[in-house]
Amino acid sequence: MSHLLIAPLLLPLLTAVLLIFLSGRSLLLIRCLSIISTALLVAVAIALLQVANDGQIHLYALGNWMPPFGIVLVLDRLSALMLLVTAVLALFSLVYAARGTDGPGDKLHAMVQFLLLGVNGAFLTGDLFNLFVFFEVLLIASYALLLHGRGAERARAGLHYVVINLAGSALFLIAVSALYGITGSLNMADMAVKIAQLDPADAPLAATAGVLLLVVFGLKAAIAPLYFWLPRAYASASAPVAALFAIMTKVGVYTIVRTYTLIFGDSAGPLANLALPWLWPLGLITLALGLLGALAARELRIQIAYLVVVSVGTLLAGVALNTEAALAASFYYLIHSTWICGALFLLANLIQRQRGDLGDRITKGPRMAQSALLGSLFFIAAVSVIGLPPLSGFIGKLLLLSAAGTQGNAIWLWVLLLAGSLATLMALSRSGSTFFWRAEGDVVSTQDSTNPVANSSDAGKPLAQKGELLAVIGLLLCIFMVTLGASTVLDYTQALAQQLLSPEAYIQAMHKFTAIEGN
Amino acid sequence: MEALIALVIGVLVSCGVYLLLRARTFPVILGLTLLSYGVNLFIFVMGRLRTGAPAVVNKGDSLSSTLNYADPLPQALVLTAIVIGFAMTAFLLVLALRARAELGNDHVDGTAGLGEKPVKPVRPLEEDEV
Repeated sequence: MSHLLIAPLLLPLLTAVLLIFLSGRSLLLIRCLSIISTALLVAVAIALLQVANDGQIHLYALGNWMPPFGIVLVLDRLSALMLLVTAVLALFSLVYAARGTDGPGDKLHAMVQFLLLGVNGAFLTGDLFNLFVFFEVLLIASYALLLHGRGAERARAGLHYVVINLAGSALFLIAVSALYGITGSLNMADMAVKIAQLDPADAPLAATAGVLLLVVFGLKAAIAPLYFWLPRAYASASAPVAALFAIMTKVGVYTIVRTYTLIFGDSAGPLANLALPWLWPLGLITLALGLLGALAARELRIQIAYLVVVSVGTLLAGVALNTEAALAASFYYLIHSTWICGALFLLANLIQRQRGDLGDRITKGPRMAQSALLGSLFFIAAVSVIGLPPLSGFIGKLLLLSAAGTQGNAIWLWVLLLAGSLATLMALSRSGSTFFWRAEGDVVSTQDSTNPVANSSDAGKPLAQKGELLAVIGLLLCIFMVTLGASTVLDYTQALAQQLLSPEAYIQAMHKFTAIEGN
Repeated sequence: MEALIALVIGVLVSCGVYLLLRARTFPVILGLTLLSYGVNLFIFVMGRLRTGAPAVVNKGDSLSSTLNYADPLPQALVLTAIVIGFAMTAFLLVLALRARAELGNDHVDGTAGLGEKPVKPVRPLEEDEV
């Protein structure tokens, strides 16, 4: 087991370096290597999930430097789950990309591997500054991915995305160094101990740094009012990239959960549960604004991007309830929402390609060549994302509501979540019926199309290819599996929530850790 | 010295924020650069200001005498932050140039301002530039 913990970092890193050297060689080789490596990553993630499921906190001291001085990787149930969700999403995105959307150039696969390195690192690290470094790794890969391919819209959205994230990085550094200045530690577990015994005179400064961290993570997670960069960026990215980006907001949610249960958790003395009073209203506002955006969207990809915002809002509201049942429901919902948003982005690209000049604009248009097939897939995905029975979205929302109870403020969650499901239903029936039922005229032959979108790099061939369908159907099958195996998944997320709410075990594991003897 | 450093950080950050809010890409990049200077200085100061104190502890020193040493960790952190900030600024410059070429102007929203003639994109990008 001991070295398995570093595999989720080494595997994408080595693959990415190899792919860069292979650049210019056979595209087939690059695609195969990239997909095989990601499939291995899925296997590693499953193995780590089983390791983490024993309820222990597993540590890996890089370079055998002892915590709290060295950097440690920490594997618990939460990080293992996030690794698996990422790896599965990445695998299907790459399968989709390998059928033509990865041109022009052959750098997309290398960049995706670098992104995986950053995301996995952010999930595994137990050190706050190291978290910053992995954030930068995943951000610079995401900049390159967002701009991959060409087009004025991508340059515009990319510029906003890069600038806002650079500003976010500056805030992150201020927060981290202020926390270091107060506690003298960067290790999260050690910092939690120091924060609990904080001199009351230092508490306001530590609280400032803590809230600043919330701003930074909120920027990554796209919570209101920091989500405005998201819809345009996601909608202008190429399909596999947009699908992969569905995990990026969840990285933000993960760091929020990690930081505010561990460092500023229940036992943090005067700073206990620092973020909770903020998270509850912000989560609900994000949910409401995301819904309005989805209702008002004129393009399918913008609509899906707003659904990502909705899922973030729902998750945060669940996290803010801060009970075991609510956290368990939230993480069940996280698995579901990440995969379904990924699948929807891929599907949107298939739909867009068959509509000629109209692209993904939600207006009456020509019939699609594969109307029945895409329509059925869209219907299944829509049912799932709306939260209608029998798919996993329904289970997630039901659990969240039952965890919220009917006391006090919880009523707002009921109102927003139920009205939200209705609004999502309306939004998606509008786009779905416009695309598939209000079609008239002949199927467009995309050969003579003059649409810049259809002619740009990620258009590919108009007809959906087997590999692309495999990716979409694969993700939907994963959703089915989460639905069918709901009790197993829920047992796991329940245990995960238990582990999260008792950070003492995490801190204890860090203290008991001993270096490996010998050379 | 603390007051002076705090003042310098404050000036750098406020100039950075001001420039960051400008409408053209070049001032925005300069603003981010100034902001990162301010942040780097802040990280450095978080190790406390001490003059003439070595950062490397000798082997025989007792715990109490380590109080006379400078904290080496913020220096390592600031080095990391400088490297990352430098790389990001370089990337952002290239991106701003590309946006200028593709959108035809250097406004952050890619739209020409009032009273300005929209310019055609400079030239289509070559395949290998992507």
